[in-house]
Amino acid sequence: MILTEKEIEIAEILEKNARISDEDIAKMINESLESTSQMIQKLEQLNVVVRYTSIVDWSKVEGHEGVTAMIDVKVTPKRGVGFDEVAQRIYRFKEVKSLYLMSGAYDLSVIIEGKSMNEVARFVSEKLSTIDSVISTTTHFILKQYKHDGTIFEPNDDDKRIVVSP
Amino acid sequence: MNKTKSYIAKKVEEIKPSGIRKFFDLASGMEGVISLGVGEPDFVTSWSAREAAILSLEQGYTSYTANAGLLELRMEIAHYMKKQFAVQYEPKSEIIVTVGASQAIDIALRAILDPGDEVIVLEPSFVSYIPLVEMAGGCAIAVQTLKENDFKVLPSQLEEAITAKTKAIMICSPNNPTGSTLSKEELEGIAAIAKEHDLLVISDEIYAELCYDEAYTSMGAIEGMRDRTILISGFSKGFAMTGWRLGFVCAEQSLIQAMLKIHQYSLMCAPTMAQFAGLDSLRNGRNDVEEMKKSYHRRRNYIVESLNEIGLTCHVPGGAFYAFPSIVSTGMSSDEFAEKLLVEEKVAVVPGNVFGISGEGHIRCSYATSLEQLQEAMKRIKNFIKNHA
Repeated sequence: MILTEKEIEIAEILEKNARISDEDIAKMINESLESTSQMIQKLEQLNVVVRYTSIVDWSKVEGHEGVTAMIDVKVTPKRGVGFDEVAQRIYRFKEVKSLYLMSGAYDLSVIIEGKSMNEVARFVSEKLSTIDSVISTTTHFILKQYKHDGTIFEPNDDDKRIVVSP
Repeated sequence: MNKTKSYIAKKVEEIKPSGIRKFFDLASGMEGVISLGVGEPDFVTSWSAREAAILSLEQGYTSYTANAGLLELRMEIAHYMKKQFAVQYEPKSEIIVTVGASQAIDIALRAILDPGDEVIVLEPSFVSYIPLVEMAGGCAIAVQTLKENDFKVLPSQLEEAITAKTKAIMICSPNNPTGSTLSKEELEGIAAIAKEHDLLVISDEIYAELCYDEAYTSMGAIEGMRDRTILISGFSKGFAMTGWRLGFVCAEQSLIQAMLKIHQYSLMCAPTMAQFAGLDSLRNGRNDVEEMKKSYHRRRNYIVESLNEIGLTCHVPGGAFYAFPSIVSTGMSSDEFAEKLLVEEKVAVVPGNVFGISGEGHIRCSYATSLEQLQEAMKRIKNFIKNHA
């Protein structure tokens, strides 16, 4: 679909900060509040802006348990539907956080979140690798998150500038 | 030392200290200040450029470069200026890499001014121009640009200011502090006068990358102006490299040769590691520049709209990262407004009068600060206006 320049700007602004108010967006793109709100609604309806979410650093929360694994999956594509059918079988599991079709040595990259390594292992052995088209899986556990979606988790970004300068 | 005698040169004694200093001192001691007083980007230099400087140190590039700067860098500058701004200068004979654009202005003025020569400076202006003209032995003739003309000079104002002693006109577009940006036609108007009176134009184009409404036109690209223009630019604003102190000057060969004499005897060359960082910025920094520009553009729209809403009327600044609203409606002077705003609401701005007489009645608000900070600052200014209504 073809979006206007302003609609694209709104999507970009919301992608960086979903909590920004319609009023502020309107000012930033030099539009009236009314037409800005309409454009935002349109983006939502068209599913261009799919969901508003936030990046949470769970490692800071005491008692939080959870592991994330990235799994490289090789599959046999099916005539007529290619990879889409097996992809659907995989992404329907709520444990699957993300799923990508990849170029290169394997076909699907599956990101799984679970409470423990055990839980993830069980999912891989019982659910994922038993799907008909799946040929092999290689599981990598994430040890530490430094940066996610362009956001550095421990930024050292205090303002180092002098307060007033020419 | 004889305590009763002054050892300071008269010329220096007579130079007024910058009005910005006072606000710096005042704001520095305070906690929780939101500063709209900063004349530099809120971005850190790209990691790519920082990494290039680190690599140059690791490889042992710690010696002088050619006086005019690394030839590789000058070639890259020539290419960049041609591609981005359609100006053509020879890397070997028409470009000097300087210690910031400020030094470029200094050597340009010192290279062209005989005692008593006049330079037209358009006010409100960057605080360094007049002192630098005076220290170079020249005489600064201030021409006041006005709010009703969006702080752009009228040809008739220039005509009035020109005398037999005028040597050059200094322009700065996009402008610090007003953000006003001269269109091609407006530049042509200035160019015609420069040609008619056989004057040089010192064009400070340090904010050229940060132009939001129209494509930027360089004075050097105006027909017949290449050899009459001393084009000054640098890495500080567009590439967020203020602390590296890296700028450059482009001009016709004989002017550059004269400037190079001063440069080589006073400075040798710009810092080597900064030059390597600059080289990387030109080669790999395009995306970063565009990203930053987009971000400033949105913040400009936000602050101009918000200030107008509050009742501090503000023309739309075409470039740089300053809004220059009028505070006349409050009945306060610029100084009074800025000082009270700082003390009562902890928002630092720069009073317009430090940039020249015509800056009185205005304040300079830099929007090179995060949107969250701008939102809070606007809230506080609104409150301030309410309390003083």
